[in-house]
Amino acid sequence: MSELTDLDAGSLLERLRAREVSAVDVVRAFLRRIEAVDGELNAFVRINPEAERQAAELDRMSGGDLDRPLAGLPVAVKDNICTAGLETTCGSRILGDFVPSGDATAVARLHDAGAIVLGKTNMDEFGMGSSNENSAVGPVRNPWDPDRVPGGSSGGSAVAVSARMAPVALGSDTGGSVRQPAALCGVVGLKPTYGRVSRLGLVAFGSSLDQIGPLTRSVADAALLLEVIAGADPLEATSSKSAPGSYVQACDHGVGGMRIGIPAEYFERGLDASIERAVRAAAGELERQGARVEEVSLPHTRWAIPTYYLVAAAEASSNLARYDAVRYGRRIDPGRGLQEMYGASRGRGFGVEVKRRIMLGTYALSAGYYDAFYRKALCARTRVRDDFLRIFAAGLDLLLTPTTPTTAFRLGEKLDDPLAMYLSDAYTTTANLAGLPAMSVPLGTDDRGLPVGGQLIGPDFGEEALFRAASVIERRWPPAAPPIARSNPAAEGN
Amino acid sequence: MPIDAEEVRRIAELARLELDDATVEAFRHQLQACLDYVAALDELDLEAVPPTPRPATSGQEPREDRRRDGLSVEEALHNAPDASGGHFRVPRVIKG
Repeated sequence: MSELTDLDAGSLLERLRAREVSAVDVVRAFLRRIEAVDGELNAFVRINPEAERQAAELDRMSGGDLDRPLAGLPVAVKDNICTAGLETTCGSRILGDFVPSGDATAVARLHDAGAIVLGKTNMDEFGMGSSNENSAVGPVRNPWDPDRVPGGSSGGSAVAVSARMAPVALGSDTGGSVRQPAALCGVVGLKPTYGRVSRLGLVAFGSSLDQIGPLTRSVADAALLLEVIAGADPLEATSSKSAPGSYVQACDHGVGGMRIGIPAEYFERGLDASIERAVRAAAGELERQGARVEEVSLPHTRWAIPTYYLVAAAEASSNLARYDAVRYGRRIDPGRGLQEMYGASRGRGFGVEVKRRIMLGTYALSAGYYDAFYRKALCARTRVRDDFLRIFAAGLDLLLTPTTPTTAFRLGEKLDDPLAMYLSDAYTTTANLAGLPAMSVPLGTDDRGLPVGGQLIGPDFGEEALFRAASVIERRWPPAAPPIARSNPAAEGN
Repeated sequence: MPIDAEEVRRIAELARLELDDATVEAFRHQLQACLDYVAALDELDLEAVPPTPRPATSGQEPREDRRRDGLSVEEALHNAPDASGGHFRVPRVIKG
């Protein structure tokens, strides 16, 4: 029998339901694994001290409680998603030891489904970063090569799943923060349609861009998690009332008759040849399985990054104004009055990338510059979205692109060049600007043995189409374990 | 448009961020590079294009306005860096 930590969520839940293993066995197995490998990887910022007790409680229950869809399943949660009674600090110093008074809606839904929060995962501060190097508690390392970044900002969640420290995790995606680390770590990552998952309790970065999404080893696990966390929330006005789909079922539907577009603009200068080859191979596989693949054009793609950085920075500067060290957070008071207390607490509490974006956003929103920057970006955003709407209105079901222009880069490589770092999100920000669902799926490894990710982008609330195509791709490129997680020969190369 | 150190300090004050001189200098260069980069948006003709402040998928009718329990005073003050007598305490606002 393979190790419990080698199993995906679907297989774990089967064994839990059959009572072949207890919830305590499962939680302990993952905690042991974290203890063994996370000293090097730094994916977790804290472990839930109640996890074992909660598992034991679940084991004492019987009957109906075991029928809950995720009964006994450990879940890692990104540290910008509120967990009642468990510190939530967003990879920042400014929050001190903030303890939320309630669960995020997504976490509450996981609890109701019987899942157990294993711990909170490391991240780029407030979600701002693409390498997980902007964390107050240190960088996360990629399990495929510890000298390389795992991507960001949900780097801790991606590494937790990739290195078998958790079967599944929640992340958040504002410009690619679920999909980009999923691609760099060789796992599945989904950003749902804007409004599909409640943002209540997700610490806001860019409110018109943020979505919570699952990171998992298998496509079906992502479907399982989405079915639990999706749906309207009366306390979150941007959550959609439209009914969630049957995502798990969609995984078996195949791609027969689907029309899939390959946008030329995603294959231009700067894309690794090995990634292009892998994505073209995935297109070939989708075609062999009955889809029609065609070249399309999204002409405003190259303006997406400047648009994104203005919109995201403007929203961030506004959202992060709340960190005033009055109601919560770490206060630094030089003793010269209120304004100086604000300035010192914020100036020393935020890291450099967060301050950089607050500065850009404040500038873009300030008197005299609002029309020239922020409003212009919102109009460009309309153009980016219209490109997609035209393609889907013409009858296409999905788009297939690379998730990232390169595979995992080295720690420190882009740290001093913010613009170079921003370009690692070149293919992912478009879906956030347009509000569309998008998923990164593993496409094997490049010639250095680093994971490659392909991205599927669907129309509004078209997650079922994503799951259909992703499952077909997964059958050709099954989930693979990084070297550090090949704990026994049986798990190798599976 | 060129950004000087004074402009960086003005924005930092608007954003309530204390910055040391070295950071002001670094941000001056980086903000300039960012603004030069986003100037690419000027290539687009956006005259007749309406803004998209949020994706069209969001939103629903407002929920019914019913009273529900909020945080207790104790819970609300739990994370405060300084509180006493059921209040948040802040440094002196009025000088003198």
